[in-house]
Amino acid sequence: MDKEKYQKIVDKNIPKENVKINATKAFLVGGFMGIIGQLLLDLYTTWLDIPTKDASTYMIITLIFIGSLFTALGFFDKWVSWANCGLIVPITGFAHAMTSAALEYKKEGFVLGIGANIFKLTGSVILYGVVSAYFFGLIRVLLFGG
Amino acid sequence: MTFKFKNVFLNNTATVVGPYESKGPLGKYFDKSYNNLYANQKTYEQGEAKMLEDSIDILYKKANINSADVFLSGDLLNQLISSNLAALNVKIPFLGLYNACATSMEGLIIASTLIDSGKVKNAICSVSSNNCTAEKQFRYPNEYGGSKPKVTTFTATGAASAYLSKTPSQIRVESGTIGTVVDLGITDVYNMGAVMAPAAAHTLNQHLKDLKRDVNYYDLIVTGDLGIYGKQILKDYAKEEFNIELSKYNDCGIMLYDLKEQEVYAGGSGPACCPLTTYSVILDRMKRGELKRVLVMSTGALHSPTLVNQKLSIPAICHAISLEVEK
Repeated sequence: MDKEKYQKIVDKNIPKENVKINATKAFLVGGFMGIIGQLLLDLYTTWLDIPTKDASTYMIITLIFIGSLFTALGFFDKWVSWANCGLIVPITGFAHAMTSAALEYKKEGFVLGIGANIFKLTGSVILYGVVSAYFFGLIRVLLFGG
Repeated sequence: MTFKFKNVFLNNTATVVGPYESKGPLGKYFDKSYNNLYANQKTYEQGEAKMLEDSIDILYKKANINSADVFLSGDLLNQLISSNLAALNVKIPFLGLYNACATSMEGLIIASTLIDSGKVKNAICSVSSNNCTAEKQFRYPNEYGGSKPKVTTFTATGAASAYLSKTPSQIRVESGTIGTVVDLGITDVYNMGAVMAPAAAHTLNQHLKDLKRDVNYYDLIVTGDLGIYGKQILKDYAKEEFNIELSKYNDCGIMLYDLKEQEVYAGGSGPACCPLTTYSVILDRMKRGELKRVLVMSTGALHSPTLVNQKLSIPAICHAISLEVEK
């Protein structure tokens, strides 16, 4: 039997993923994360009198801290598998992927375990984040003069 | 390639499982269970080895032996970590095996051949798997919660050992078929049922052809770990490709768990999945006279994350062993 014919048998028998429900969940949870981020930003600028530019960094750090803490406490993976992209796409997803890798390899030592593996999943986010930041920065300088 | 064995018997078996398996429908059949995936050890890998060692200890007690001529064992981990650690402990001449989740029946075929040829008098065949060691090696860190599709199978945690010899007992190892590697182009690392189903069909067809048997010769045919969707795919594929109508057929991965209550997606998988089910409920039903002839087909996806990253599809293999109740 050729591969295409077999693929048809496979497709006939496997269940469809529920795209509508998954997308709705991700939209709502992701939106809620946005609200939390904005609230934190307002909190830092209004109440603590931090400049907006610095406050957004603090807001990101706070979300990373919460994502990492909840992962370490062992229940965040269940939230992530329920909300899917709602929690993976925001910065909490980065924190979760990083901390879960660190937890996984902590028994193999600080250097060869955690050190070598902490960015196993998130390494590409960092790499392509930096690369694209460089190019967008370049475009901005060339088009708008910085 | 099919062998008929004249005088090989499956004298005793021992099974050790983790928490999910002991809470499943076959829980009462297992010899020992742990309530944690570490089996009270420091790491998951050492926990898997501990379960394997426990299964051999229990086998020693059940078979009333303190050694064997040869020890054959395999698992999923790189360099066969668990089997090597167990082999270090038992100090019996050791052959390490790897055919992914098809390793259990591969072991039985080799052991039976060695015993039947008179080279050895008896042998111990073991396999182990652990959900967390497999996830760590083949997929994502265990604490990572990225969602999985419904076709995913759940690696069983446990170890199973069997003692085979020439000494007659209730269960005879009647014949075995060594499978060929089959690849029908599936690249989805979550859909292992679809990867392995063609290999199972090819081995089944070869087995029936070599021994000139009808599929209904067997009271039960089981595959190792195709899961609910893989099971349907195998039925359709076997019908279309070889005109084999599978009716008295089930899958060990489906039998091991309660698919409605337990979060195991499409069913169990892993090298331990097939023997845990076979050495528990299936042997029990054979000994009680409900089943006389059973064909056990352990299915293995020869999956390597490296090759999948290099855009190659996943090859698969299946080995079959026919067990019969001695008259």
